[in-house]
Amino acid sequence: FSWTCLFYTTHFYHTLLNKPEMQYEMETSSSNLSAVLTREQGLQYYRTMQTMRRMELKADQLYKQKIIRGFCHLYDGQEACAMGIEAGINPTDHLITAYRAHGYTFTRGVSVREIMAELTGRRGGVAKGKGGSMHMYAKHFYGGNGIVGAQVPLGAGVALACQYQGNNQVCVALYGDGAANQGQIFESFNMAALWKLPCIFICENNKFGMGTSVERSSASTDYFKRGDYIPGIKVDGMDVLCVREAIKFAADYCRAGKGPIVMELETYRYHGHSMSDPGVSYRSREEIQEVRSKSDPITMLKERMLSNNMASVEEIKEIDVDIRKVIEDAAQFAISDPEPPLDELCNHIFANDLPMEVRGTNPWVKLKSVS
Amino acid sequence: WKFLPSPQRNSGALLAGRPVNVRDALNQAMDEELERDERVFLLGEEVAQYDGAYKVSRGLWKKYGDKRIIDTPITEMGFAGIAVGAAFAGLRPICEFMTWNFSMQAIDQVINSAAKTYYMSAGAQPVPIVFRGPNGSSAGVAAQHSQCFAAWYGHCPGLKVVSPWNSEDARGLLKAAIRDDNPVVFLENELMYGVPFDLSEDVLQKDFVVPIGKAKVERRGTHITLVSHSRCVGFCLDAASVLAKEGVECEVVNLRTIRPLDVDTIEASVMKTGHLVTVEGGWPQYGVGAEICARVMEGPAFNYLDAPAVRVTGVDIPMPYAKILEDHSVPQIKDIIFSVKKVLNM
Repeated sequence: FSWTCLFYTTHFYHTLLNKPEMQYEMETSSSNLSAVLTREQGLQYYRTMQTMRRMELKADQLYKQKIIRGFCHLYDGQEACAMGIEAGINPTDHLITAYRAHGYTFTRGVSVREIMAELTGRRGGVAKGKGGSMHMYAKHFYGGNGIVGAQVPLGAGVALACQYQGNNQVCVALYGDGAANQGQIFESFNMAALWKLPCIFICENNKFGMGTSVERSSASTDYFKRGDYIPGIKVDGMDVLCVREAIKFAADYCRAGKGPIVMELETYRYHGHSMSDPGVSYRSREEIQEVRSKSDPITMLKERMLSNNMASVEEIKEIDVDIRKVIEDAAQFAISDPEPPLDELCNHIFANDLPMEVRGTNPWVKLKSVS
Repeated sequence: WKFLPSPQRNSGALLAGRPVNVRDALNQAMDEELERDERVFLLGEEVAQYDGAYKVSRGLWKKYGDKRIIDTPITEMGFAGIAVGAAFAGLRPICEFMTWNFSMQAIDQVINSAAKTYYMSAGAQPVPIVFRGPNGSSAGVAAQHSQCFAAWYGHCPGLKVVSPWNSEDARGLLKAAIRDDNPVVFLENELMYGVPFDLSEDVLQKDFVVPIGKAKVERRGTHITLVSHSRCVGFCLDAASVLAKEGVECEVVNLRTIRPLDVDTIEASVMKTGHLVTVEGGWPQYGVGAEICARVMEGPAFNYLDAPAVRVTGVDIPMPYAKILEDHSVPQIKDIIFSVKKVLNM
């Protein structure tokens, strides 16, 4: 079926009209585009988003049981962003994000088992237990990055490599509303625009950087306009189809060598900033409840499919049951898999190097490190 | 044209030698590596059309063009991050900091994005990048442009940190660094750029590399070991010449690499001479010399020491501007001679 998505854009309108020159405009225009969803796609998006949701809720449980420790930044509420992006790019494209990364780790191809085992710090984790929540990697997925904003220049660098190698690939570089004020992001905008790097800069605006609302952190909360000379698109990040269509447009634009695009996905996180934040001291429970009841991305997709007879209630239920099994199995694995062996402690310091000695905690402890 | 004495060469036929200054050695090394591997590229401020702020990249832009030699805006954090990202995605960048002082703007990308990634990813994501530029004191550039970063970067696992002294070091270590699949911090020295050294034919071979992590004994001696890196190696050799006239034979060890530190070579030397003086341009506290002394204390060489090991370092102050003050802020040959005599109880 087709659905109409409303986009707010800068410059976008002119591009649509195929005006050759990019006019710098402070005003925004809005555009309506249609998106088409097939039954197959709908079921796939539903399954993926629901898996992400259940995985994050299971992580919440395990964290409260102290089986997951340290930092744990959960993604529930924002699933349409990760799903929409993945639906709009190719597996051979590239993606990098910050620390709220479990959803992207999944959409970029890592199994729930390997993600959960990494969260519990076991040898079966995607980073063998050495990275944890914020440092998971996959092919064409560069993490999981702990330093706010640092991933954006890295993403621009991946885009540079795409351009250099002439492989027609793009890089999606994500950051939050909190990171959006980082200087290095503007440095990246400058170089990406100057060199026309195929980079899609995406601000996932979930309205809060930790406990600081966007109004209290940013002189301008129009994050899609922050790219100034770079065209910007603002998208409803709770609507997986809108996200997908916007990404498709942006990816085509970048692949055509026209330079970077800045995108703002308006979204919401149900959990606090991390597991150590109850998330209600700086926002009301009513607000969270309202988003859940009116704008939940998974509910919205399900209701569209049901009301358009694209799927039955039973089918959806079956998927849910299936996902529950996958999550349970993954959690079981994550709890029972042993921790990494101690002789792995010093490995992976250097790549493609001869084995070397690493000093232990005292001069008599000499540990071995292999690549 | 200042010709430094190069006593007792241990390798290469001097007959075939021709003088190449450190700048040209670096330039030739980069040229050859750019030619050898199309994934190698150079980015930094003024590296292309200006031929390099210190002319180290002279001629490279003309030869290789915009794609491989990239002038960046003055945005260290941004372009260092871009360089690391390019390394993630399959390229082999050389990221130049105009001086290492400016790397402080980008140090998070060097440490948290480059150095730690191979470990955090349990070997999934190597980072084959070289960060290079002039390090340490220069002449009259004052406090903000004179800091030595050997100790700071040398502190961090996941980095290789090298500090060449002469042209052979510069050429061989830069080639090794570019061919290395890991992040390498390459600390040059501005005052050494114009200094010529004879390079033998085998050093001039295209595949000549100096192994990272191996120190070189530049001068053999029996009474005392001097361990140094970068420009101070030359001062140690000069001090050794003066001391030789008084019958003191110094063994001079050129570290070449700060991390990983070649403790074996240092220990072997100290076990032979029984005395140790470290010499560096950087500040004393928590410095390179401090690490060397600690390692000697903890290892077999301690039992061979006939006197406590001492450090000759820069003075523990921000670098002043006035020439007389600057000259007294860095180790001079007389400081090395004085310290040697103190350690030898002369």
